[in-house]
Amino acid sequence: MGIISRGFGGRNRSSRPDLPPGQYLVRDFPVLSAGPTPRIDLGSWEFRVTAEDGSIRTWDWAAFRELPSEDITVDLHCVTKWSKLGTSWAGVSMDAVLAEIATAAEFALVGSYGGYTTNLPVEDLLNGQAWIAYAYDGGDLEPEHGGPARLLVPHLYLWKSAKWVNGIQLLDHDEPGFWETAGYHNYGDPWREQRYWGD
Amino acid sequence: MARAAVLGRLSWRVGTVIELRDETPTARTIVLDVPGWPGHAAGQHVDLRLTAPDGYSTERSYSIASAADGDRLELTVEPIPDGEVSPYLAGVLASGDQLELRGPVGGWFVWRPGTADPVFLVAGGSGLVPLMAMIRARDLTGDESPFRLVYSVRDPASILYADELRRRAHDDHGLNVTCAYTRMAPPGSPRPAGRIDASLLIAAGWPPDRRPAVFVCGPTGFVEAAANLLVDIGHDPRRVKTERFGSTGGSP
Amino acid sequence: MSQLPLDGNALAGPLSEVFRIDVTTAIGECAHCRRSGPIAQAVVYANAPGMIARCPSCDGVVLRLVRNSGRAWLDLRGLICLQLAIPDSPAESAPGD
Repeated sequence: MGIISRGFGGRNRSSRPDLPPGQYLVRDFPVLSAGPTPRIDLGSWEFRVTAEDGSIRTWDWAAFRELPSEDITVDLHCVTKWSKLGTSWAGVSMDAVLAEIATAAEFALVGSYGGYTTNLPVEDLLNGQAWIAYAYDGGDLEPEHGGPARLLVPHLYLWKSAKWVNGIQLLDHDEPGFWETAGYHNYGDPWREQRYWGD
Repeated sequence: MARAAVLGRLSWRVGTVIELRDETPTARTIVLDVPGWPGHAAGQHVDLRLTAPDGYSTERSYSIASAADGDRLELTVEPIPDGEVSPYLAGVLASGDQLELRGPVGGWFVWRPGTADPVFLVAGGSGLVPLMAMIRARDLTGDESPFRLVYSVRDPASILYADELRRRAHDDHGLNVTCAYTRMAPPGSPRPAGRIDASLLIAAGWPPDRRPAVFVCGPTGFVEAAANLLVDIGHDPRRVKTERFGSTGGSP
Repeated sequence: MSQLPLDGNALAGPLSEVFRIDVTTAIGECAHCRRSGPIAQAVVYANAPGMIARCPSCDGVVLRLVRNSGRAWLDLRGLICLQLAIPDSPAESAPGD
């Protein structure tokens, strides 16, 4: 550890026993990105699910918004150590999305406009654990936070909640994504502090 | 191509604050004593690391404002509203406090005396800091390369090193300084307040056929606009070096 | 609250943990668009987990660096190659080089 900087407290944060290990509570909503914010026009937005047999199902924005949606309140945990509790979203449950797909695939590779990818087991997308969110805090999801739509998987570190989501590939094999191939943990459970390879 | 820069072991050092100097109502210069400092070239920066009592730590880069001078180096910090580090450095840090730093780093955005090329400096706000190191190094080494500085700043009260720039503009042979005000120009100013544009760069800078070494520094938006203007008016993009400061102030 | 990107100058310190030579002065050829330029002028997103450097011409990822106490992960697949100046002799570098 470095020398203590007298009088330095860092960002407005506190650690609390109900947070995952190593996390701090923040009041703002930091924006972290690996690239420029994509600007996506709703008229051309598309969400595509490709099953392991190659079959494809797509939704345009209108069709996507016709899927049953719900209001949810979830906690967010970023690998950079900030946590934000009680965030409000509206989104389509991944259970509703995947109900329309015939699949026995074990693995998912999520993709975004701009090229970002992240991987997770299909079972982590089911049973009320994941949504495609299009609204945050009562308004349309802003581009800098992943709008028009992002994946939301709050039980894993926030890098798994791909912003600007545009599709999911259902696979028979695991395909590590953008950060998972650069040292970040393949699964990313904040409660077991799985930040990096080998954690 | 830049010549080889072998870093050796670039480890974290501890510097002690020996002096603090207000530059404007908000910005201040931190003078550090860093035992064993290996010296630095004008334009280089240091990475600072701050650690809170609970172990939380964060790093930021700050350009070195001073010319190389033994164990002494100066940083100038403009606090960003809602910043995490800059308000601490500009407001809380006191004489006698210690700072962890690594450097000097950055072999690209560097001016070295002895080339005789004209130098065209374009600064946006706190982007002046590394360019001031170049101006100071030029004076210290007696280098005669002609320098022209265009310094874009919000208003006269925001000018960093105001007295020193005024003195140098008068005394340093071959240095020309032009301030451009974006929000409020002083009364009688030849140019109304506004962002820099091609005509200003043409009037106050070097023409492309002098093949100046161009250094542009400041917030990312400023640097991109200025660099585009410079290329538009004919400067060779390979002669334009840029350093971006993120949204504003030190990076990130 | 979002940060605008920096440039490759911001990689100098972090890459010094991995390389003994200042890689920011090296010339890289982008694997996506084949344009060349100094690493110092790459577009750098430093507020993501890790640091991402992108080609200023085509925005393709040219370099990824993730560091966590004691380990660094470096991906240079976005560069076809790096052209570096290396010292001819041990005495070649000057202070602040």
